[in-house]
Amino acid sequence: MSKYILKRVLLMIPTLIGAGILVFFLMRLIPGDVCELRFAGTGLYVDQEQIDICRSNLGIDRPIFIQFFDFMWGFFTFNYGESMWTGKPITTEIGLRFELSLQIAIMATLVAIVISIPLGAISAIKQDTWLDYFVRAFSIAGIAIPSFWLGIMIILGLLIITQSMTGVPWMPPIEYKPIWEDPIHNISQLIWPAVATGYRYSAVATRMTRSALLEVLREDYIRTARAKGLVEKVVINRHALKNSMLPVVTIIGIEFAFLMGGLVVTEQVFNLNGLGKLFVESVSNHDYAMTQALVMLVVLIFVVTNFVIDLTYAWLDPRIRYS
Amino acid sequence: MTTTSEAAVEAQIEELEEKTPWTQAALKMAKKQPVGVAGLLVVIAMIFAGLFAPWLTPYHPEYNSFEHMLTAPNADFWLGTDQFGRDIFTRILYGAQTALFVGFSAATIGAVGGLVLGVASAYFGGMFDLVLQRVMDVFMAFPLIILALAVVATLGPGTENVIIAITIPFIPQCARVVRSNALAIREIPYVDAARALGFGHARIILRHMVPNVMAPFLILFTAFVGQAILLEASLSYLGMGVQEPTPAWGLMLQGGAEEYAESAPWVAVWPGVAISLAVFGFNLFGDAVRDTLDPRLRSR
Repeated sequence: MSKYILKRVLLMIPTLIGAGILVFFLMRLIPGDVCELRFAGTGLYVDQEQIDICRSNLGIDRPIFIQFFDFMWGFFTFNYGESMWTGKPITTEIGLRFELSLQIAIMATLVAIVISIPLGAISAIKQDTWLDYFVRAFSIAGIAIPSFWLGIMIILGLLIITQSMTGVPWMPPIEYKPIWEDPIHNISQLIWPAVATGYRYSAVATRMTRSALLEVLREDYIRTARAKGLVEKVVINRHALKNSMLPVVTIIGIEFAFLMGGLVVTEQVFNLNGLGKLFVESVSNHDYAMTQALVMLVVLIFVVTNFVIDLTYAWLDPRIRYS
Repeated sequence: MTTTSEAAVEAQIEELEEKTPWTQAALKMAKKQPVGVAGLLVVIAMIFAGLFAPWLTPYHPEYNSFEHMLTAPNADFWLGTDQFGRDIFTRILYGAQTALFVGFSAATIGAVGGLVLGVASAYFGGMFDLVLQRVMDVFMAFPLIILALAVVATLGPGTENVIIAITIPFIPQCARVVRSNALAIREIPYVDAARALGFGHARIILRHMVPNVMAPFLILFTAFVGQAILLEASLSYLGMGVQEPTPAWGLMLQGGAEEYAESAPWVAVWPGVAISLAVFGFNLFGDAVRDTLDPRLRSR
């Protein structure tokens, strides 16, 4: 087991280095750089000398391979440097927004679990009834409806409903406050994006729960459980559902990893200042250091999540032993 | 000897085929897969809307009419007009062209690219396979939207570049699935037989392996079309996709939609309905294709 864990951890390194190479050269392919952009923003005449000074201050005039080595070395020694645009430490900039993105990701995952497991189970138990068809249509709709449009519709719905009920339209608060400072304010702001993304992610998990449960329900031990006179509720809850959770856990885990880096559009709709917005800003500001750090963070979350999922497998299903 | 028996078999097959004309086959399919056929109808309706847009509406999709800005839906403007006075119904019809173009080209390039890489990876194995799989790992883990952002920032926004941005994540997804299928096929004796007969790599891959991974390929292809339409809408909504004044559904939701959401909700509602319906149709159809081609994966 420990040998397997070591092997898996070592296999993460090529993926991380590969992602590093990709983001490093991708960013440098974009025409222009942070110095040109900064001086262009002032609207004043700038001579080449000033741009050169700016470049040498940021170290982007050095040979490209030295820059790359520097970036990779910094990553593996936990030294991320400063944002090239704001000059603040990258850990500070990410730290400010990480909390918000993490909270939405967790809330969206909870929404997805609460929707998907009961719905998927009902759909499988009542296979080929109108209830099953309804759940399947509901989950395919979740994949088809763009979450940003669902977000717009939620805001629109809130406006219309509160207008007709209280006479004053109500909008979710715009300013972010951490949950331990003002829980009501925090939840009333973040629940909507969590629902919009959570519905989308629940769709995939519902379908997975349904098909996994259907497979398990055909197993011999379910027939045995029924034959020995167990109540159907016990058969489903204790014997079937538990054994069908393996692929569902995988899907939920992978979706969670995607949520951490993939909320760009939802943050735009709800005007949230999270990691997604920072991503868009740093790419359009040519902030190499910041974009690189963000990509590495998201890829790291992705590979670690995948690793944890594999370990959960062994825990959920004692038959699986990695060697 | 072999040729005669082959001809005989073919004749038999033709005979069998003649007994079930396509209308009957379609009916059979409709009975077996009612949901899939519903999806197919949506897809056909969308293709129809895209192809015959100029005949279905009297307006031009890019024509601004300032006396009709933000008109509520009425007899002249069925779904109302946007902040530039353009008819929303017209722009949705023409938007189907953009969505279909992006959807089909991105799905084709992505799925074919993944097919070639996946089969080659499984066939050659060894170092080639190992390196290629690590590269695919990187692309799978890499945040898609950042890839798209960088591609658009480098090449500039525009329909063709959106297709490139959308295609990149499709290739590893398809390659991964095709590879695992092709690995199983490689172990079947007929591949060894082909090799023993002295056929070249290209011939074995194209004639003997590719046709046998067609089922997962087609399943992924139909899924990709829907995904591509959704991704294009997201990118256009962010302002990094299709550019004004080209009619595109995601673009119609950008800018105006949120600002005027309260006073003119039709601007925000209808393009989203169009996106959802189109992707819904492709997904339903894709599910039916999957159920038909691969019974093991039934209704996942």
